[in-house]
Amino acid sequence: MTRYNFRNMAELLELARAEKLTLGGVVIRYQEELEGKPREEVRGLMAGRLQVMRAAAQKGLSEDIRSPSGLVGGGGKLLEEWRRAGKSLSGTTTARAVAIAMAIAEVNAAMGRVVAAPTAGSCGILPGVLLALEAERGLGEDQLVDGLFTAAGIGMVAARQASLSGAALGCQAECGVATAMAAAAAVEIAGGEPERAAAAAGVALQGLMGLVCDPVGGLVEIPCVMRNATGAAQALAAADIALAGVQCYLPFDEVIAAMVQVGRALPASLRETGTGGVAACPTARRLVEQISTWRHNPSSA
Amino acid sequence: MDAFQIIGPVMIGPSSSHTAGAVRIGRLARAILGEVPCRAEILLHGSFARTYRGHGTDRALVAGLLGFNVDDERVREAMELAPREGLAVTFGEKDLGDVHPNSVQLNLKGKERAVQVVASSLGGGQVLVKKIDAFTVELSGDLPTLVAAYPDRPGVIAAVTALLAGAGVNIAGMRVSRQAAGEKALMVVETDQPVPAGLVAAMRSLPIIERVISIDPV
Repeated sequence: MTRYNFRNMAELLELARAEKLTLGGVVIRYQEELEGKPREEVRGLMAGRLQVMRAAAQKGLSEDIRSPSGLVGGGGKLLEEWRRAGKSLSGTTTARAVAIAMAIAEVNAAMGRVVAAPTAGSCGILPGVLLALEAERGLGEDQLVDGLFTAAGIGMVAARQASLSGAALGCQAECGVATAMAAAAAVEIAGGEPERAAAAAGVALQGLMGLVCDPVGGLVEIPCVMRNATGAAQALAAADIALAGVQCYLPFDEVIAAMVQVGRALPASLRETGTGGVAACPTARRLVEQISTWRHNPSSA
Repeated sequence: MDAFQIIGPVMIGPSSSHTAGAVRIGRLARAILGEVPCRAEILLHGSFARTYRGHGTDRALVAGLLGFNVDDERVREAMELAPREGLAVTFGEKDLGDVHPNSVQLNLKGKERAVQVVASSLGGGQVLVKKIDAFTVELSGDLPTLVAAYPDRPGVIAAVTALLAGAGVNIAGMRVSRQAAGEKALMVVETDQPVPAGLVAAMRSLPIIERVISIDPV
């Protein structure tokens, strides 16, 4: 095991302090030693993932995509047109992040190519935030790759202490952790200290604490696509809260531990079974009925 | 756990367990058959049986049987591509008993052979092959893997491991299973290094070994 190994946020922060590195900087060194590959090769691998994210964003923002069920698709494109028309209420960075996050989540639902971050169901949030910051703040590819390593560090800390599966702990473990990853990445990209990045991750996860996994029809569509979009906005809000220096009392490791406790307390109906939460809404049930009718009798679709 | 397991895998959506995991199961089953499959009976269990159409699990399994990777955009069209590739597929549901909710049995036929594989998708794209024909196995597809069929006799395992040791190939995990003492047996060996083709040939030439398949990580 490498000397850059860390089991939790306390250890990741300690490594950053001792080595005078960002959180992302520690993660790059960890990965170099783990794989026995030079830094440029490890960065190149991450840059490849960034390219897949870009392609998915481009597809979702510009094409009329549809999921096989027909329930989702085209939302990212609508949001992009809305932003381009200057009508967005939430400001240009957030508007971009929300549009990209939705676009990529729709590409995922439509069986397109994405990068799980940390899961496929939450794959829009991190690229939404990073690609929006790139467009608005003129970042270079190196900074985005750095941000992806920061995000990876948050995800690794979470994964070492909790499951990242909605079936195990609810959507808080998927979109919640993705939002925490994106928030921390945004802070480090903006030049924030490691402690601020960790704080942003904690704020983001507190905002989504208890979020249930309630997919309509068991599909990764409703509400997953919407939650990717709103998660991206929350990540930027959490990053601003941390960067502004607002006191954030709860250490990230304790917030993760709380998430595990909350997740375990969730009934099975709220853990990816498609039986509780919004999946149980009368309209959701009608939609599922329609889809199964179409499937059994495609000519009526 | 590493950075590329969090930022990754690159995959076709929508679900790492129901889509990416299913592609990997299909690829492993194809490799275990050891030839191009021409018939596949796919029996889905539990959560796989309930949600397979919506998650594209059906297309993903077929894509894997066609040899596609988890990030291949043809996964979406796998059902239409299968007949053109000479693969006839049928789907059904089956209660596989006390297994993971995302489990599937694949009954495959090629020109030469037939095989029955039971596998589970454990989440995050991780999979485990649990049965090959009547044998209980544990095969994750994360590492280079050898599957060898042989009659249960003293010294067979030693002969195989000696060949691996001689080539500097380290064994990461190993499991042997047999129908009964002295009957047919199956050995699954996961290795840290790829097993050179020459070494696989050397194993095949051991008189006691009936069959060896070398499976690349999927």
